[in-house]
Amino acid sequence: MVAGNPLPFKPDQGTAMPLLHAGFLEYMQNYFALFQLPQQFELDLTQLDSQYRKLQAEVHPDKFVSASPAERMHSMQMATLANEAYQTLKHPTARARYLLQLQGITTDEENNTAMPADFLMAQMEWREAIDDAKYSKDIAALDTLLKDMRAQATTLQQQVATEIETAPTLAALTVRKLRFIDKVSEDVNQLIAQLED
Amino acid sequence: MAYSDKVLDHYENPRNVGSLDKNDPNVGTGMVGAPACGDVMKLQIKVNDAGVIEDAKFKTYGCGSAIASSSLVTEWLKGKTLDQAQEIKNSAIAEELALPPVKIHCSVLAEDAIKSAIADLKSKQGH
Repeated sequence: MVAGNPLPFKPDQGTAMPLLHAGFLEYMQNYFALFQLPQQFELDLTQLDSQYRKLQAEVHPDKFVSASPAERMHSMQMATLANEAYQTLKHPTARARYLLQLQGITTDEENNTAMPADFLMAQMEWREAIDDAKYSKDIAALDTLLKDMRAQATTLQQQVATEIETAPTLAALTVRKLRFIDKVSEDVNQLIAQLED
Repeated sequence: MAYSDKVLDHYENPRNVGSLDKNDPNVGTGMVGAPACGDVMKLQIKVNDAGVIEDAKFKTYGCGSAIASSSLVTEWLKGKTLDQAQEIKNSAIAEELALPPVKIHCSVLAEDAIKSAIADLKSKQGH
């Protein structure tokens, strides 16, 4: 059904989508295409949200309760895919990693331990400052650290946006740096939550 | 997760924590980091005129296994030539500390730190 429709769902109709659409696999392989967004790092989050909600509404398993088992299965798969695609594109580090993956470049975050010494020194200083703040239960100091981390993440995100287009190998290193900062920020957030309890 | 006795021993009594003068021409400084777990490791070696490592120091931010791995290698490095140090494999570290599979990457970090310190020293000495 709806053979000419390039989308795996029919945006403005409440009827069942063409789950076995010929283009399905292609969409599974590109999250940007799935949400009809340009394939680039800069992203309009409001647009992503609305495209995601539209797609989720179309494929939600609740709509297929009385459909055939195959259709129910496919609606479930599409809902899972939409969710995974949304989470990937929403988070800047995951989005950058995904854009590189589409270019066939792995960020190798599990195995590549080589990073510039000044970056690692700064990480160590952050970790020491966190330990000090933890010891003295200084939530204000942790908030300040978190602001520094966010500022540095923002700078790296601006950098990675260009690098993805012009220097993908450098972009992979920037993704590894962002992963580092994500982890340390997460640890600070957890610590703040603990101290506030 | 239960740590082995050897990991606990190094974690509770880490050997050779500290710093060497990174500007000393006989000191090589290696720094490595694991993005996924946020661990950072600094390892420094000092060689004598015969090219034998006479001192090693480390500073590691990370889990018990990462700290134990770096503490252990500082012990192993002393008395070794650079060529012998280069031969230290993560599998030997993991075996000595009885690291579980999920912590193997900590021993990899330590091996990478050794290689990074040696490379720094060699570049300083113009090799």
